[in-house]
Amino acid sequence: MAKMTMVQALNLALKQEMEKDDRVIVLGEDVGLDGGVFRVTEGLFQQFGETRVVDTPLAESGIVGMSIGMAVYGLRPVCEIQFSGFDYHNFHQIENHAARLRWRSQGRFSVPMVLRAPYGGGVRALEHHSESREVFWAHIPGIKMVIPSGPRNARALLVSAIRDPDPVIFYEPKALYRAFREEVPEAQEALPIGRSQVVREGKDLTLIAYGAMMRPALAAADELMEKHGISAELIDILTISPLDDTLFVQSVKKTGHAMIIHEAPRSFGPGAEVSARLVEKAFFYLEAPVARVAGFDIPIPYFSRENAYLPSVSRIVRGARELLSTSLN
Amino acid sequence: MPRNPIEIPDRVEYLSVLDENGRLDPALDPVIPPDLLLKLYRGMVLGRQFDQRLLSLQRQGRIGTFPPITGQEAAQLGAVSVLRPSDWMVPSFRETAAEIWRGRSLESIILADNGFNEGTRVDADLNNLPVAIPVGSQVLHAVGLAWAIQYRHKDDVVMAFFGDGATSQGDFHEGLNFAGVYQTPSVFVCQNNQWAISVPRSRQTRSKTLAQKALAYGMPGIQVDGNDILAVYLAAKEAVNRARAGGGPTLIECVTYRLLMHTTADDPRRYRTDDEVALWSHRDPLVRFEKYLTEKGLLNPEKVASTLEAVLSQIQAAVDGAEAQMKQLGYPLDMFDHVYAELPPHLADQKEALVRELSLPGEDNNHG
Repeated sequence: MAKMTMVQALNLALKQEMEKDDRVIVLGEDVGLDGGVFRVTEGLFQQFGETRVVDTPLAESGIVGMSIGMAVYGLRPVCEIQFSGFDYHNFHQIENHAARLRWRSQGRFSVPMVLRAPYGGGVRALEHHSESREVFWAHIPGIKMVIPSGPRNARALLVSAIRDPDPVIFYEPKALYRAFREEVPEAQEALPIGRSQVVREGKDLTLIAYGAMMRPALAAADELMEKHGISAELIDILTISPLDDTLFVQSVKKTGHAMIIHEAPRSFGPGAEVSARLVEKAFFYLEAPVARVAGFDIPIPYFSRENAYLPSVSRIVRGARELLSTSLN
Repeated sequence: MPRNPIEIPDRVEYLSVLDENGRLDPALDPVIPPDLLLKLYRGMVLGRQFDQRLLSLQRQGRIGTFPPITGQEAAQLGAVSVLRPSDWMVPSFRETAAEIWRGRSLESIILADNGFNEGTRVDADLNNLPVAIPVGSQVLHAVGLAWAIQYRHKDDVVMAFFGDGATSQGDFHEGLNFAGVYQTPSVFVCQNNQWAISVPRSRQTRSKTLAQKALAYGMPGIQVDGNDILAVYLAAKEAVNRARAGGGPTLIECVTYRLLMHTTADDPRRYRTDDEVALWSHRDPLVRFEKYLTEKGLLNPEKVASTLEAVLSQIQAAVDGAEAQMKQLGYPLDMFDHVYAELPPHLADQKEALVRELSLPGEDNNHG
């Protein structure tokens, strides 16, 4: 066991998977000698050489389109898109081909690739470096969309993503890259894709979050208990799509109150799907409307204002208290 | 402080072996064995006749929209015929003759053209990708396949097809650029058929040729008479040999013409003249090749007739086979297959809902 940041844990996942499986190829902009702009691929070029850690020309569609061809041939490309704000250049390659080659070829081909990209705000970055657009990918049939929330689950989920037979979009909360350390075991571990987790048990309301928002959600749960005596259950979605609704439905059946927290814009965000699932599967257990604490429906502002945009502990606490005071009966 | 011309390696050549009357330039004869010449001829006749049959099936409402290839048989077959089975072919959507050459069944094409997903299934023993409709997007897949071949130290080659319109797409440029950087065993075959639906070649690019775009990516580019199957074959052979030997990628521009519509949903009289079509009809690749083979003593009127007859009966059998198959297909629940390796729970729920719907009285006959 070692205490690791998320960057170190992701690096460990790549390194160990590459040692085990020569089908795994890392490619992207600056992933080689430079080790990636966030250093997630640091040391891999030195260990595995330029045929397995491939610096590419600066072209996102090229990176993803080439990864698709590599995956069809039987390799396991893990491509890095430097910031998620640039992966619209390759959107069509995912939507038109990565997601469909298995389907189009009726099972003859598959695209077992991973697209890694840092997403989200909170690091005082330039425009196009702070977006949270996971729902674009979650909307595509044939794609899996995963977002870890800490070093240990990031490592374990990336291992699963690399081994997954389907294309996986793996968004890394860049605000958490070096925000805290966790014990990460040396032995490989994998977490199943498509499963959420109960992070904290509670009885009064259910907080549903993922990625970077797990931090303020957890802090809010602490504050709700300490200052207001409210017991919040906290669920980490982990896989945005296919969405595992079993735990949050079960939880809301117990608490009667649900709040989803995400930094993605509010309208048509992941919260909308979570809310719809709750209405479909736990309607008669709901004691209040489903609440959303989310980004506003605007471009995330430049960083001098981003803290006012991003869901905060106080916004979650306030929302939770309002939610509990507006019970239907 | 000089201001000197920069020497750019490679020059773009134009290659033609057979003229419009089927006369050969002996110095350029690729010397194709007679049985292969006749196989190419049969492939061209099949491509042409299959188009005609699909067109009539479409007009009768027995299939949906499809993209005809008439006029481009030489540009397709001359190129693809130099591949061996373990090589890869990456088509766009207008390479029917080449796909058939590479082993795709006529039945599967009819199925796909009539809206059955089973029609784009790729048989396990064929190294072909299925058609790619988003223009130019497949070029990058070809580069990825070629990169992987190189990584595995195999000597296979990947041939990608696309049209003149695709050379305006970013993915074409990214693909050629990546192929140049990694020196992948790739052959890029541009079917310059002069029209991207209604937009002429002159409106795609100010470049004098499409072949010259190769030079910007550090690879050879060659323009060939795409209606001359011997020229296409020769250029493709050189490119494939070079790629196989580790010499990197090549761009081949086949100058040809789409004699029919973009797809059956298109009316080309809206944007091009009858005179232009007549001019290109005069350059018909099939007529030219027939003259050459006749001159060479490999064809005569009887052989032409017997080839046609054999091709027509092959097509008829395929139409019958496909129509029989289609009666067995269309079970709606099959649409959930192959989206993921394993059906995730939410899709299992959705499929189950459709199962329930189909079991309602009167519903079972409305979906197949």
